[in-house]
Amino acid sequence: MQRYSGFGLLKHSLSHHENWQRAWRNPKPKKHYDVIIIGGGGHGLATAYYLAKEHNITNVAVIEKGYLGGGNTARNTTIVRSNYLWDEAAHLYEHAMNLWEGLSQDLNYNVMFSQRGVLNLGHTLQDMRDIQRRVNANRLNGIDGEVLDTQQVQEIVPLMDCSANTRYPVLGASWQPRAGVARHDAVAWGYARGADSYGVDLIQQTEVVDLIIEDGAITGVKTDRHGIISAGRVGSVVAGNSGVMAKKAGFELPLESHPLQALVSEPIKPVLDTVVMSNHVHGYVSQSDKGDLVIGAGIDGYNGYGQRGSYGTIEHTVQAIIELFPMFSRVRMNRQWGGIVDTCPDACPIISETPVENLFFNCGWGTGGFKATPGSGHVFAATLAKGKAHPLAKPFSMYRFHDGALIDEHGAAGVAH
Amino acid sequence: MAQINRINNSGRIDPTQPLNFTYNGKSYQGFKGDTLASALLANGVDVVGRSFKYSRPRGILAAGAEEPNAILQVGATEATQVPNVRATQQELFNGLVCQSVNGWPNVETDLMSLVGKAGGKMMPPGFYYKTFMYPQSLWPTYENVIRKAAGLGRSPKVGDPDTYDKVNQHCDLLIVGAGPAGLAAAQAAARSGARVIIADEQNEFGGSLLSSNEMIDGQPADSWVKQVAEELEAQPEVMLLPRSTVNGYHDHNFLTIHQRCTDHLADRAPSGQVRQRMHRVRAKWVILATGAHERPLVFGNNDVPGCMLASAVSTYIHRYSVVPGRRLVLMTTNDHGYKTAIDWHAAGREVVAIVDTRQKPKGYRVDQARELGITVISGSAVIEAKGTKRVTAAIVSGINEAGDKLTGSTQELSADTIASSGGWSPAVHLSCHTGSRPVWNDAVAGFVPGATKQKQLLAGGINGVYSLDKVLGSGLEAGLQAVSNLGFAAPAVELPQVEPATEGRSMALYHIPHSKPTSQAPKQFVDYQTDVTAAGIEVACREGFESIEHVKRYTAMGFGTDQGKTGNINGMAITAKALNKTIPETGTTIFRPNYTPITFGAIAGRDCGELFDPKRYTAMHKWHLENGARFEDVGQWKRPWYYPKAGETMQLALDRECTATRDSVGILDASTLGKIDIQGPDAREFLNRVYSNAWAKLAVGKCRYGLMCGEDGMVFDDGVTSCLADNHFLMTTTSGGAARVLEWLELYHQTEWPELEVFFNTVTDHWSTMTISGPNSRKLLSKLTDIDLSNENFAYMDWQEAKVAGAPARIFRISFTGELSYEINVQANYGLYVWEKLFEAGAEFNLTPYGTETMHVLRAEKGFIIAGQDTDGSVTPEDLGMNWCIARKKPFSFIGKRGMAREDCQRENRKQLVGLRTKQPEVVLEEGAQAVFDPNAGIPMPMVGHVTSSYYSANLGHSIAMAVIKGGLGRTGESVYFPQADGGVIEAEICSPVFLDPKGERQNV
Amino acid sequence: MLSIYCPHCGEHREEEEFHPKGQAHIVRPLDPESCSDKEWGQYLYFRKNTRGLHHELWVHAAGCRKFFNITRDTVSYEIREVYLIGEQPSVTSDRAQS
Repeated sequence: MQRYSGFGLLKHSLSHHENWQRAWRNPKPKKHYDVIIIGGGGHGLATAYYLAKEHNITNVAVIEKGYLGGGNTARNTTIVRSNYLWDEAAHLYEHAMNLWEGLSQDLNYNVMFSQRGVLNLGHTLQDMRDIQRRVNANRLNGIDGEVLDTQQVQEIVPLMDCSANTRYPVLGASWQPRAGVARHDAVAWGYARGADSYGVDLIQQTEVVDLIIEDGAITGVKTDRHGIISAGRVGSVVAGNSGVMAKKAGFELPLESHPLQALVSEPIKPVLDTVVMSNHVHGYVSQSDKGDLVIGAGIDGYNGYGQRGSYGTIEHTVQAIIELFPMFSRVRMNRQWGGIVDTCPDACPIISETPVENLFFNCGWGTGGFKATPGSGHVFAATLAKGKAHPLAKPFSMYRFHDGALIDEHGAAGVAH
Repeated sequence: MAQINRINNSGRIDPTQPLNFTYNGKSYQGFKGDTLASALLANGVDVVGRSFKYSRPRGILAAGAEEPNAILQVGATEATQVPNVRATQQELFNGLVCQSVNGWPNVETDLMSLVGKAGGKMMPPGFYYKTFMYPQSLWPTYENVIRKAAGLGRSPKVGDPDTYDKVNQHCDLLIVGAGPAGLAAAQAAARSGARVIIADEQNEFGGSLLSSNEMIDGQPADSWVKQVAEELEAQPEVMLLPRSTVNGYHDHNFLTIHQRCTDHLADRAPSGQVRQRMHRVRAKWVILATGAHERPLVFGNNDVPGCMLASAVSTYIHRYSVVPGRRLVLMTTNDHGYKTAIDWHAAGREVVAIVDTRQKPKGYRVDQARELGITVISGSAVIEAKGTKRVTAAIVSGINEAGDKLTGSTQELSADTIASSGGWSPAVHLSCHTGSRPVWNDAVAGFVPGATKQKQLLAGGINGVYSLDKVLGSGLEAGLQAVSNLGFAAPAVELPQVEPATEGRSMALYHIPHSKPTSQAPKQFVDYQTDVTAAGIEVACREGFESIEHVKRYTAMGFGTDQGKTGNINGMAITAKALNKTIPETGTTIFRPNYTPITFGAIAGRDCGELFDPKRYTAMHKWHLENGARFEDVGQWKRPWYYPKAGETMQLALDRECTATRDSVGILDASTLGKIDIQGPDAREFLNRVYSNAWAKLAVGKCRYGLMCGEDGMVFDDGVTSCLADNHFLMTTTSGGAARVLEWLELYHQTEWPELEVFFNTVTDHWSTMTISGPNSRKLLSKLTDIDLSNENFAYMDWQEAKVAGAPARIFRISFTGELSYEINVQANYGLYVWEKLFEAGAEFNLTPYGTETMHVLRAEKGFIIAGQDTDGSVTPEDLGMNWCIARKKPFSFIGKRGMAREDCQRENRKQLVGLRTKQPEVVLEEGAQAVFDPNAGIPMPMVGHVTSSYYSANLGHSIAMAVIKGGLGRTGESVYFPQADGGVIEAEICSPVFLDPKGERQNV
Repeated sequence: MLSIYCPHCGEHREEEEFHPKGQAHIVRPLDPESCSDKEWGQYLYFRKNTRGLHHELWVHAAGCRKFFNITRDTVSYEIREVYLIGEQPSVTSDRAQS
């Protein structure tokens, strides 16, 4: 792999950038792989990377129906944080956070992980109770965070309306300084390049149209462009389309796929140095290094695979942003778009064995998948390598919906992603 | 400064109305009818911005929505600043103040351009992914420097003084675009009697006809426009919306129109007027008549000011009477481009040459140019512009028939303007918004809209139809089709007559080769705003970014505020060439709303600030305000939180409210509790199914507390339900849960048990509820009612009808404080009156109003839960120690019964609700504090539960708390520990959550 | 933004008046006590999550408060059919013509 560096850039500029290597190959698939990963988004690519790097399993293919990183990886608002309430979720996301912190260097690819801090605002007394509860739990789990009062919030975000005059005044916030944002596309590309360098085959524009299952065990996949490819183990990491893939394997999942929308303003000079999230008024905003205000909307209530949601959701989100930042009223929205999020009833993912032997699923990340990318890939790689759940993944079995051992971030934490 | 480029022709400006404006601190003059861009060009302003990455000087390229460069900051005051205004779309008004958005110390002399020049070579696409990584600790410093270069304009720092509106519209037909196609369609539709909205982004209708010298029905095109517009205006069912951009096309034919009502008048809307308005339109049918955007050709240094779109030059000449230069070189791949040279010539300025990339151009316009004596250099192309802040020359070379190789030698033509026309790209944007992918059409050499589920028709340029006769024909046809689809009778319309024009074949050429390889040639810009070059795209392809989406994301092509209107097709063509594919194989990226950016204010309308969410007040709200209440937001309700007296802290106020209630009598406004009226012969059976406890034997006149669980067995609401008559119950719910509970009841009734005859209705707002609580409550109530309140006649958990202070009332003897307590319900319009009468009568008992906080303390002293505070969606009735509230023997398997029997709900060591007493009685635990058994354990520390409610109890003289603790019900007397953020540890003993009057004697007196 | 026909009101109304309630035709087991944990979990949480024709339950929350069923394409968002509770869909993926 050609290493990237400032010096390398200089060197290449002297040859007019004519000699850059491909970031990854465009290989013809083999007949058999030890592991096939269905889905070349951030999570799938990270899984492939860690399979090769941590487990020396390099006879691996990632099969992607579109282009690498083209699903939710390319559509999210890039927030990274680990201040989850329940131990199981907190440990998983903190595992991801620790990987984020050295990711650019590990991948030799600058994913622009920017630890500018995340504020989760509280607007009611119950919000503040929930914030106290979560921050206290985070602290005892070794995750950074503190509870801020209104004045402290105002100091961090001078532009925000923290007065008592708003409909739902800001009563305080939780603050995680190590949280932040990252450059979403770079995460997928960095992992892709890293996996490729270990010999992983990245097969793009190829759809898995069926799963080959014999005697209750998976033996391969059928693709639209390359026929049947056999595999020892198969990991499905297809986010919004997990229900579709599960159907091919003959079972249902406790998932619903919903539209989740986001939008950006035109680029403006930097005015917001941190990430502001408000679950109560439903507005999530940060400012990118390009100057765009990056805004996340609420989830649409109906099932949808259309990568678009309803305009009313956008309106509501924009109202919330103006409620928090009245001066943004004259700033203009440039673009809006939508992704498909696979949501679990307890707002926690599924990293699991399935009724089909050697077939594993990693899905259900709902609105919170991006931040988990390195951790998700890391534990799923271990799961695929060993054929049984990594200890951090264990609580996230799909079978928790049978015995009732849910990890209810939804009901308890009162925090959206 | 004089308007050096202004000419005297019959454009659409009014030279009798001069308008003054300020650009970068200098004063200029334009005329009414000008855009900011045309006025700047009239004044000879060349440089309007600096490019994002390389800080190169940039001038005006276009004349409309596709403009990538002329992005300005507009606003005379702080509050009226608007970032990123496209000068080509901003009408000039007197007193307009604007600045360029980049450049230091100014846009003319930008020191950053030195960095751009020197470092530009170091900045191929994706360069930031390849560097700034080492050492890791320096990234925040690098990023701060990167952020300094971020953004175009700036946000105001203060709130917006203007107002915005939303309006819902329903129409038979929405026509997007009022050019020739849209107007022809509108005329047909309007005559049929259909309800029509026609919207256009420009200040006046006419589209391309406003800058045309063509004739329609034997008269100048703008006369035809005027005549059609007048006819439309006279129709009562037709709404004309100029200055209105249809910015989004959503599912089921829902479209949004952004109308700029006053932006052409002043910074700030005149008093009483709305600045902008969003029309939320549900249209039965839509005609997209959005036209097409001209493509510039990609050649070396094609971003030097003076390089313009050919059609834009024509527009400036015709419409604005501005010739934006002296000596023109026109490069074209098609006949249409010739129009610009002819217009330039007619304006009396020099056309140096028409450079036609085709080997043998033929057509009436070609002939016309030759007849005028204009030099036509065929089979050639401009390969490079010379100049930095303004074009000084064009380097021209021969080019082969395929357009991929230069032939012959080069010549340098002295010129200050290079106009280029690479053909037209249909404005398909809106057609993509609901997920339809555009399809490539070879004949059009462009993408046209693909199949759609929307009720959408197309007319004119969007379909790749460009000659005026055909455009009018397709507009008329679409109009008639819509009329027929809508079921109206076909109207009498005639196709406007236009002299048909025969144009020669265009050449499909996008990227002009240079004598050097692309990687070494002068920068050839594809997307001006994001500084994407042809070489950059080639680098991306070389590095394996082969999907067009990857190219877009890696290079940032199309990510600007113009969304790549001029650059995208050229970029796709260059990508295709680099990958050895065709354009349709490479594919297109998809357009998203908005067509052009719109203000957040307009999207929000008036639904922000005070109107962000409705506020709900009880009938006694005025009294609470007058008596100094502080409020708590509970759902949409504003509930009194506590009533501090002058100089009182919150704790002192609570102590006073709590002790007054236990010692004498307090009063709570409980009107916000959800109330659902339930009637029908099966009402009782229904209650039995939805509550966890038993309802079969609740007699008329009796009340009972009930718990509601989901099918998962988790508690989600609670409240008291009373039997009003045999088939009639009144259910109460939590204040925040009322709507959810009602919908849930309806869900089960309508979908699972429709055979049960039962009806539900919300009566929350119909009743005012005031709870008097405390040992003197009976004495107080007896002063205002004549019924017998004795314990024998009116026992605990009874209710009775009575008059209170003369008003008909339902009195419920129920208690959330553990005191003797009456909940008085009167019709809401009597609420304040009865409340005040209670205070008159209560003076002798020191009747004390208390709010939600005191209510919380008093109920916690009794160990009563608050659903949503002591429960969180993971707590069963058993976890709450409320087995007494589960009627397992009920014949019907009530909702929650099966769920709470699941393995995980029955396991040992679940978190259970307990009371806590701190070892130091005055220490009050924090709500949300996390409990551990071993405070000396390392991080991560095993947590065993958390505090759900915690208060100082003035009545008890010590702190009290409720918590859920693992196995807590079996741990009475044991200690749990609460490690604090400051390193300290609070120890507390597990006890019963009932701290006061465990036998319940006080409420039974 | 969906435009939804309420079969009870007999009119097309805006999506904002309605609440989606997920997959339709999920019947509460008649004898919950005889269900295994697994069966109860299936009833509670597991869904078809169809990509394509989806039969789903909606309520006219800000209107008549009545529930009804919709057959909707979850990709194109086209509503193919509206029918009452207790009725079966006539447009299904086997019989659908796209």
